[in-house]
Amino acid sequence: MKHEIIIAGFGGQGVLSMGKILAYSGLLDGLEVTWMPSYGPEQRGGTANVTVILSDSMISSPVLDTYDIAVILNQQSLDKFESHIKPGGTLIYDPYGIHRQPARTDIRCLAINATDAAVEMGNSKAYNMILLGALLETVPMVTPDTVIKGLQKTLPERHHHLIPLNRAAIDRGALLAKEAIK
Amino acid sequence: MEDEIKLMKGNEALAHAAIRYGTDGYFGYPITPQSEVLETLEALMPWETTGMVVLQAESEVSAINMIYGGASCGRAVMTSSSSPGVSLKQEGISYIAAAQLPALIVNVMRGGPGLGTIQPSQADYFQATKGGGHGDYHLIVLAPNSVQEMADFVGLGFDLSFKYRTPAMILADGVIGQMMEKVVLPPSRPRRTQQQIIDQCPWAVTGKRGRDHRNVSTSLELQPSEMEKNNKRLQNTYAAITANEVRYEEFMTDDAEYLIVAFGCTSRICRKAIENAREQGIRVGMLRPVTLWPFPTQAIAGLAERMKGILVAELNAGQMVEDVRLAAGTHCGKVRHFGRTGGIVPNPQEIIDSLTSHFPEAKN
Repeated sequence: MKHEIIIAGFGGQGVLSMGKILAYSGLLDGLEVTWMPSYGPEQRGGTANVTVILSDSMISSPVLDTYDIAVILNQQSLDKFESHIKPGGTLIYDPYGIHRQPARTDIRCLAINATDAAVEMGNSKAYNMILLGALLETVPMVTPDTVIKGLQKTLPERHHHLIPLNRAAIDRGALLAKEAIK
Repeated sequence: MEDEIKLMKGNEALAHAAIRYGTDGYFGYPITPQSEVLETLEALMPWETTGMVVLQAESEVSAINMIYGGASCGRAVMTSSSSPGVSLKQEGISYIAAAQLPALIVNVMRGGPGLGTIQPSQADYFQATKGGGHGDYHLIVLAPNSVQEMADFVGLGFDLSFKYRTPAMILADGVIGQMMEKVVLPPSRPRRTQQQIIDQCPWAVTGKRGRDHRNVSTSLELQPSEMEKNNKRLQNTYAAITANEVRYEEFMTDDAEYLIVAFGCTSRICRKAIENAREQGIRVGMLRPVTLWPFPTQAIAGLAERMKGILVAELNAGQMVEDVRLAAGTHCGKVRHFGRTGGIVPNPQEIIDSLTSHFPEAKN
């Protein structure tokens, strides 16, 4: 089992933390994991991306040129990574802010309107967890329960009141994914 | 909880490992992509637990001279920086090497020359392995290729450094510093007591303590005949290190017809390239130097004889390739180079493309 994933969007959308939560969940499930961010000045208001790999065997390169899954949050990232998804792979994208639809027909493309869903939930910070929920519904690699367990272990006590919100966001994302898959 | 598996960046793992090793002092100055080392140490506040000193100096030059002072006293002291900052430290490193003192220096390389970029690079290979500062000296140079090794090489670097009384360097890169992976941190051990330092380091500046001479730590010796003796002493040390401390890893070399030589993050990318190339029937393997100095010359010489071609892949314009050519000797004509510079990190396909363009017959 190996999942090679790129998550890409604007700095501030929670791209890196979503990747970190995913990687940590993999660790809790006993998987090998790597988390390799694009770091540097481009993260301030520009694009940010992170490569996350989950595998049941040793991971060689943390840097990749093709991906099984892409989670794409803005147009620049779609332009950059659409052609790098492996045939038969999965593209999850937020249609909000995307003016050119993905053109690939040899991959599974799922539009998840996480921007609107986060607004409806009344908390824009739920955004990345909605997308994570959609990702885990589409390609189950770790369970939402493991994600929550990870948050309980890594979040400081004073933020634990936010865990139910995160759980609701993951569930909301899973629901959106179910509808999109239909 | 000592052996709990953690998820952390290479820079963070290095900071944790430094505390657990029983390091006496860290002196540094922030620079991307290694700033998390100092940040993590500041957050962990080891001065309240182990008594380790953590100090942000006013510059890299101060930091390395604080290392010189701490090392003279027999303390386990370290500094870290990235390429331009490590250039600033070179005078101090030469002094520490000349004074035959142990110290650990970490370079998380970024793209150069000059201030360059903040993205990953391996362009300080020459600087790290050929001396770096002035005079005839070497550092023991360890090249980690995982977060686990960032943690493990702190202890290894210090141990070798104290064993041979010579500074050691961890030569990492922006990928290894910034990426997160699973890591099992080394067990904690107490810092050495002053009495242990006096017993274990008879050369250290610890006060006269009834001895018939004062210990003096210096790199200055104005008598050429004495200075030549100092040089010979250093060269004897380097010969012993070269004989005993070469470390490297081989990957799929048993049936290989082509060899990739790569270190640090590039060796990870090449491993993936080899896995992919093998699926296409290309019989390629890898030698990964773990110590860049001493260099695995003999191992490469042995492999060069039976390989049809050798590709040296590194994030520079061609540095380690010179040592591979020397190692290959009469087979040096088989050696080619692949490099990206300025902070560009290649992907596995670029490595395969380079291999098959240099050696088109590899595809058959």
